[in-house]
Amino acid sequence: MQANLVINVIILMALIGAGLWAIMTRSLIRSAIALALTSSVLTMVMFRFNSWLAAVFELSVCAGLISVVFISTISLTEPLSPQEVLKHMRDRLARFAFLPILILVVGFALSLLKVSYNLPLPPAALEQDARNVLWYGRELDLLGQVIILISGVFGVIILFRQMRRRS
Amino acid sequence: MVSFFILVPFLCVLLLNLPWGNLARRLALWVGLGLTAGQAAVSACALAGWIDLRAIPVSPFFKYDLALDTLSIVLLLCSALVFGVALLLSRPLVSQGEQRFNFVCLLLLMLAGTNAVALVRDVFSLYVFIEAVSIVSFILISFNKDQDAFEGAFKYIVLSSMATVLMVLSISLLVLVAGTTSFDGVRAAVAASRHAGVVLGAIGLFLCGLFIKGGLMPFHGWLPDAYTCALNPVSVCLAGIGTKAVGVYTLIRLAYFVFGIDAAVSQAFLLVGAFSIVAGSLAALNQTDYKRLLAYSSISQVGYIILGLGAGTGLGLAAAAFHFFNHAVFKTLLFVNAGALEQKTGLRDMRKLGGLSARMPLTGFSSLIGALSAAGVPPLSGFWSKLLIIIALIGAGYHGYALVAVLASVLTLAYMLAWQRNIFFGPLAAGLENIEEAGWEISGSALLLAVILIGVGIAFPLYLCKLIW
Repeated sequence: MQANLVINVIILMALIGAGLWAIMTRSLIRSAIALALTSSVLTMVMFRFNSWLAAVFELSVCAGLISVVFISTISLTEPLSPQEVLKHMRDRLARFAFLPILILVVGFALSLLKVSYNLPLPPAALEQDARNVLWYGRELDLLGQVIILISGVFGVIILFRQMRRRS
Repeated sequence: MVSFFILVPFLCVLLLNLPWGNLARRLALWVGLGLTAGQAAVSACALAGWIDLRAIPVSPFFKYDLALDTLSIVLLLCSALVFGVALLLSRPLVSQGEQRFNFVCLLLLMLAGTNAVALVRDVFSLYVFIEAVSIVSFILISFNKDQDAFEGAFKYIVLSSMATVLMVLSISLLVLVAGTTSFDGVRAAVAASRHAGVVLGAIGLFLCGLFIKGGLMPFHGWLPDAYTCALNPVSVCLAGIGTKAVGVYTLIRLAYFVFGIDAAVSQAFLLVGAFSIVAGSLAALNQTDYKRLLAYSSISQVGYIILGLGAGTGLGLAAAAFHFFNHAVFKTLLFVNAGALEQKTGLRDMRKLGGLSARMPLTGFSSLIGALSAAGVPPLSGFWSKLLIIIALIGAGYHGYALVAVLASVLTLAYMLAWQRNIFFGPLAAGLENIEEAGWEISGSALLLAVILIGVGIAFPLYLCKLIW
């Protein structure tokens, strides 16, 4: 029990560290890598909570595919000059410096409230086969996902291919 | 049969993208127009009770967990009308070839998404299709590919993502409570634990997400830029149905049929609705760009729908649904007129326009009908829906809010008359002597929508008499 708690705390600290790195780093590429790392740590959290399917999706889509999309997009942009980077950095610090304090205060206030949810929670449906869930339970959502993917393809064609041709 | 509303537009996009060569490019627009005309005819017949779509058998392969009621049919009809008009507008306003082909495909995907939003009975599926409509909207707003269009799309993406986070968080909490995402399951769980903190939090988060998607004040930051910067057929889609389907229709559906309306939810709707009506109207009064004026007018009119919903009665729901339909028609009409003006004059500043009804009589006439209907002038259809909203508010005991609705109508009349006077009345502005009426696609669409506003306005009291007697 104690060991589990220690592991959970270490993973959560790693999650916060990776998230902060993603937000605070000056380089966009490093930020994208930090986001991938955040997703990887989140995958560990999901595995520990027995959400294997969610963990696999998080690792493959969020840590893998989205990082590739981010890095491809960053490669299409022009980098800022060191002075501009420094200015943005200072602006960001000035604007968001209060956020960690706010989170701590809100967290402390919520812990004082001692909210009792008192709900009859249903058991997690772990035993269900993911294939059955996707093909027989969520087939309409799959159709929605296909529509989203095709829309994305049209977006890429309209926003990138035609622009490239024009340039 | 009901699933065909989603599958047919989707399959049309797939078929059009097979290697047909130039044939697909030439046919795409007509396929889209045929599809929307068919959907409009079928949903109008279903609304009149001439056909029962649920009774028509389909293969189990095409059978999804969907349901159809009067509210869904109203959205299906509005979608068909608005998308049909936007497709027709794309003929003169979107350049021929690959660009128009892509535009038609995106509109068909948006139609499939909007139809799905009307028909699904599952909170998670609803979220998936709301996102599908939103993603198509991002692409359509930036279709112009200029600085303003990208800025408008970017604002929409940022605020829409916040709404997405709120909705996903809410769905997670609802799954925690209900163990399912179906409307029936969530309704039962919410009814059983109505006052639990988690349930109230989930309802609040979802409603906030929908307020952002619907562009209600004070969550409206993205809406004026998105509507103004987009191409005119895109503005027609967004203002007429896009944001209304994902924001307002979903709000009606969830608030009435899933979460249930109690005193707290009712008060929240009344406050947000009244604030949107007044603030939207005052903002519209200060605009010189006519597309921006229409965007703020949209916020104000959506406020009326939410106010009707806030009455918390059956009459309030019926009035909200009726104003939803009316708003789709008159706002589409006014954006069609805006498209005609922008195409012919190249101007959006009302101070540089004037006297155009002499040069563009059809546009001027249809614009007057749209403006008067938006202001709630009898006997046009907008009058009846606003009247029903006010009666519902008085019936529910919200006399103060009813007074706000009446007084805000005067503000609506003021900015709508300012639009009409500055653009169409008075002496012809310098440099506009050679302006001609817009082409048949634009004028025809505007006239059709004006006829609907007049026809529904005249027929509605007869229908009401039939209901009462």
